[in-house]
Amino acid sequence: MMYVFNRNGVCLLYREWNRPLRTLNAQQDHKLMFGLLFSLKSLTAKMDPTNAEKGNLGVPQLPGQGCSFHSFRTNTYKLSFMESPSGIKIILVTHPGTGDLRESLKYIYNLYVEYVVKNPLYSPGTPIRSELFDKTLDQYVRGLG
Amino acid sequence: MPPAAPRSGDAIFANVERVNAELFTLTYGAIVRQLLTDLEEVEEVNKQLDQMGYNIGIRLIDEFLAKSNVSRCVDFKETAEAIAKVGFKMFLGVTASVTNWDADGTSCSLVLEDNPLVDFVELPDTCQGLYYCNILSGVVRGALEMVSMKTEVTWIRDMLRGDDAYELQVKLLKQVPEEYPYKDDE
Repeated sequence: MMYVFNRNGVCLLYREWNRPLRTLNAQQDHKLMFGLLFSLKSLTAKMDPTNAEKGNLGVPQLPGQGCSFHSFRTNTYKLSFMESPSGIKIILVTHPGTGDLRESLKYIYNLYVEYVVKNPLYSPGTPIRSELFDKTLDQYVRGLG
Repeated sequence: MPPAAPRSGDAIFANVERVNAELFTLTYGAIVRQLLTDLEEVEEVNKQLDQMGYNIGIRLIDEFLAKSNVSRCVDFKETAEAIAKVGFKMFLGVTASVTNWDADGTSCSLVLEDNPLVDFVELPDTCQGLYYCNILSGVVRGALEMVSMKTEVTWIRDMLRGDDAYELQVKLLKQVPEEYPYKDDE
């Protein structure tokens, strides 16, 4: 399944292809996901042993600073994450055996640009309602799996 | 596989779809002309062009980031270089040079030798206060705002007013870090 968030936490897109168990309602789910990623980013930046300057935990960070994590894996799933400097976050939750999806996430970001950003009928910050984007995304992701 | 290195402006410019330069210039000219007719007040037109540029900039940034693969810029200097070399090249086909850094590195000038928007353009006497390329200042401001930098962008030199080049001054007002949008008790 896949989520796209913008920098304010608004969930722009949520798609699922194979989700056997649903635990929370949609709103909670999105908030939880966004919160998780926000905290993880913050944490990874603060714990970075190669970075000289560290703020206190909880201090908001500029999107440019700090290292950024790109995936984590549990025994049942793997979550891959990509954030653009403009705050668009793309999350893909897949089977744990999946390889490095960074290139795929970049490709999806490109798709987002082509079909969503360039669409004059789309207002930034609102959920994405573009059929063409959905279709292309669908095709691409099914091709990955 | 390691992430791809940032691509140069030329490489991307060669790859993106391009429109005819004259068409672009004429369309822009028509927009400005129409705005002048509708709004009549030169200041209003300037503001409107800036607003239009802002709306373009907030979307343009995603396209720029996706195609050019630049990694996050560590400071404002890198950002200015990226805009001048990669951004302008990618979208307008011209490169700008970055000059006039001030003492704390928060303000610089982007100098454009030639500007595709103003080919064939002359300002009449009735529109002397008009910043014809104000859309560009809006674009830069909008794009930088989406990467958390609040800036102020103004024209210093404008060829249509008799100067010898186009100079855009970009001043960084502040960097806005990401805030957690949800309240903690929800």
